Amino acid sequence: MAVVAPQLTAYWPMHLAELAVGLALASAGVSLLAGPAPRVLRWVAMPLFGIAGLAALAAGLGALGQPTPLTATLPLGLPWLPWQLRLDALSGFFLCIIGAVSTAVGLYGPAYVRGFEQGRDSLATLGAFSGLFLVGMLLVVLADGAFLFMVAWELMSLSSYFLVAFHHEHPANRRAAFLYLLMAHIGGLAILLGFGVLAAFGHGFSFEAMRGAPLPVGWATVAFALAFVGFGMKAGLVPLHAWLPEAHPAAPSHISALMSGVMLKVAVYGFIRFVFGLIGQLHWQWGVVVLVIGSVSALMGVLYAMMQTDLKRLLAYSSVENLGIVFIALGLSVVFLGTHHTLLGTLAFVAALYHALNHALFKTLLFLGAGAIAHSAHERDLEQMGGLLRRMPWTGLFFLLGCIAIAALPPFNGFVSEWLTFQAALQAWQLDSGVLRSLVPIAAAVLALTGALVAATFVKVYGVAFLGQARSRHVRRARAVPRGMRAAQGLLAMLCLVLGVLPTWTLDMIAAVPRQLLGAGLPRAAAHGWLWLTPISRQTASYGAPLVALALTVALALGFWLFGRGIRRVRRCDAWDCGFAPPTPSMQYTAAAFAQPIRRVFGMLFQVEERVTTEPDGKPRHVVQVTDRTWTLFYRPVARLIEKGARHILRLQSGHVRTYLGWSLATLVILLWIIA
Amino acid sequence: MDHRLTLLPTAIAWSLCLGQLLLYALLAPLVTGWVRKVKARLQNRRGAPIWQPYRELYKLFGKEARMAHTASPLFRAAPYIVFVATWLAASAVPLVATDLPTAAVADVIVIAGLLALARFFLALAAMDVGTAFGGMGASREMFVSALAEPAMLLAVFTLAMTAHSTNLATVVAYQLAGTHLLRPSFLFALAGLVLVAVAETGRIPVDNPSTHLELTMIHEAMVLEYSGRHLALMEWAGQLKLMLYGTLLANVFFPWGVSRSIDLPSLSFAFGAIVLKLAALGAALAVAETVLAKMRVFRVPAFLNLALLLGLLGLLSHVILEVGT
Repeated sequence: MAVVAPQLTAYWPMHLAELAVGLALASAGVSLLAGPAPRVLRWVAMPLFGIAGLAALAAGLGALGQPTPLTATLPLGLPWLPWQLRLDALSGFFLCIIGAVSTAVGLYGPAYVRGFEQGRDSLATLGAFSGLFLVGMLLVVLADGAFLFMVAWELMSLSSYFLVAFHHEHPANRRAAFLYLLMAHIGGLAILLGFGVLAAFGHGFSFEAMRGAPLPVGWATVAFALAFVGFGMKAGLVPLHAWLPEAHPAAPSHISALMSGVMLKVAVYGFIRFVFGLIGQLHWQWGVVVLVIGSVSALMGVLYAMMQTDLKRLLAYSSVENLGIVFIALGLSVVFLGTHHTLLGTLAFVAALYHALNHALFKTLLFLGAGAIAHSAHERDLEQMGGLLRRMPWTGLFFLLGCIAIAALPPFNGFVSEWLTFQAALQAWQLDSGVLRSLVPIAAAVLALTGALVAATFVKVYGVAFLGQARSRHVRRARAVPRGMRAAQGLLAMLCLVLGVLPTWTLDMIAAVPRQLLGAGLPRAAAHGWLWLTPISRQTASYGAPLVALALTVALALGFWLFGRGIRRVRRCDAWDCGFAPPTPSMQYTAAAFAQPIRRVFGMLFQVEERVTTEPDGKPRHVVQVTDRTWTLFYRPVARLIEKGARHILRLQSGHVRTYLGWSLATLVILLWIIA
Repeated sequence: MDHRLTLLPTAIAWSLCLGQLLLYALLAPLVTGWVRKVKARLQNRRGAPIWQPYRELYKLFGKEARMAHTASPLFRAAPYIVFVATWLAASAVPLVATDLPTAAVADVIVIAGLLALARFFLALAAMDVGTAFGGMGASREMFVSALAEPAMLLAVFTLAMTAHSTNLATVVAYQLAGTHLLRPSFLFALAGLVLVAVAETGRIPVDNPSTHLELTMIHEAMVLEYSGRHLALMEWAGQLKLMLYGTLLANVFFPWGVSRSIDLPSLSFAFGAIVLKLAALGAALAVAETVLAKMRVFRVPAFLNLALLLGLLGLLSHVILEVGT
């Protein structure tokens, strides 16, 4: 008995993870069985979803504290290829991300899906595919073999396809869903081929076999390239991002939150598992590629986000930008690890993970906020919003905190991860190659430019949507959202603040991942106590996040006490506006107007169409349409090439059965010849 | 015993930090007054006394604050946040001594972050009332800062990579100990940072602090709706920002006089030195504002791209020419 007990206690994270998968499956099953009764979805399926999230979160936290990985075998799969699960620190970290976001979504969902009860869309499919989506994501991070990984990956992609196509009565949504399906499968194919390379050298589909595979440099690079294309496509890296701003906004908002907040992180997980975990031997040249693509994604993502007037599309483009930042940090990590600077590589790696976690939290918060606006004002277009802070004060407050976090402003969490990335980049002087020494700081400059543009973008979002006056009648009548929805947003906002104020504790937890995966942690990050974040050394850089937060709070409290006392109520008057006529809602700056200076400066990067149209009521209206340049530069040529190729293949089509049989026979013979 | 021995210097150091914080707040209006005075003399006017900004602040704090009907609570909270964030950012820039604990709380990236926090709320407050000028000011401010902030960080990165630290105190100490004060990379960084400082503090040729023409305003358009103590805090924050950038330029590039120990003679010498340096920089700013004309808004990107380019050149000349020497 005494021998068994410690084993059991050490094993509970795996049981919890399995429980999470089971609960998510149950959530899917319940909503499918409930069918026409929408209440079941609200009262059973969504809470089950949330509890599955909680279980995943607990399992992830438990796994982060375990020194060795846990394994299990599912009673499924093929006889010679069982489905094996493995829960190590990396899986645990991503389980935490999935769990935290799913918990919030489970809390938010019941009230939100109520808005769909009057609609024609089937709530049973929504609940079932949400559950399956969660199952897929959980199994991806738990899988310990290429077989289960790909099955889970496809489950995740397919179930999210049905969620994107949920409002299928709009042709735009059907088109977005199809584009998503297409891209997901091209990406899935690349990943499959990448695993194929590893499996060929490792003689097995389990990750254990792949880990020890002796890879020649050429094949390792091929595997890396395939993985980068496959996972990069899922993560929405430029130029493979075009599906993302179409697909993410099309889904219901809590699903958009899951897709942007979690599914993109699962792609990051896949990339890390594949490149850092399975290939193992890193080459700095790969890092340069990742760094450049990451920088381009970050910059293009935020510039396109700035140009959007649809709130959810804007948030989706901002996900492209944030994933770009994650890949900048990952690229730095590969560069440093490839040149044997282990401490710096670990620092950049941790920065990437930290930013992935942060992005999951604040992007979910913002998508839930957008959902709250859609729920109570039925509006996604920024140009129709305004003054929502007074109509929905809690959502307004939480959304503001989300905006501060995403704009990487202290003392919130987004700032910490960008700070860590900067710190890693600024150690570029330790590199030997002059090219790398100049390339890395340029990436840091791009990151700085991105950060400033993000701040501008979210000033625009918050200023236009929540401040000023309502620009349309239905927005003026918006009401506060139900308690569950507010609680979910509040929870995420609190987490954003906590992760920003206590970076040393968070870093301590995250550092378990590189300790297991790369064999090195960040020993000096909290060497001077929990108050000081000193990733390299105290002389190099330090950030006292709790002290900054404390000083801000104390000074603000003092200020309010000194100047706010006695005169609690400030007298109101008409807006001054330099003495011109009293301002009307239509005189306010619009979202498009706010972005105009930046549109002009970076004009060559966009395809801008400006024209004046006449409305039915005879009023002229200025219309600005910004289209993604990648469509004309990348997708159309590729599509044209494929169509051309298809026309050549058309020659095979003769209409005679015997010709087809001949083709089949020839193919069979050739295949047999290759195998033999 | 041992514990008490270490506690005493800590207490002195923290009280010095507090002193520096107060010094910033008290000196900031003086810097603005000095620039105005020099500018007036250069334009053959007598000008207001250099104490005038104090009188204005005093007057504004005594007046009643009014808010528009459409203003939200954010409008009321913003002046406090803007002021406090700017002040905290200033507290981490070494004014007279390098060896202060506040320098470890915030490195130069945190300073940039705190300034960005202040700007974020300033721009939001401008959009809050829903007037056209407020939105215009916010849009332009974020546009200018989107280009200025990376230029500033690039210039600072050059210093940080040379001194192997982003903590300003370490950078200043490194400069004081170093033999080559003016490396080529530093000259580029200095030039870039000067341009950024002009843009960020809203001076000619990017913005005109004394403009009365609404369509050319950036900063002034954002605070149009403020009055009374709210306006006072906003103005004070602006003055603090000017002093912050002045001190940054003065103490990082020309660190002479900054005290590396905590004793009275060296501290008072450092105080005298920084006053002289700020006076010289203020006079230079006044001269520049007198001889230059304000640019059109869409000329500003060219100006800031120059700053960005200078920062990049500084960084590249550092990594190519200076590493390993």
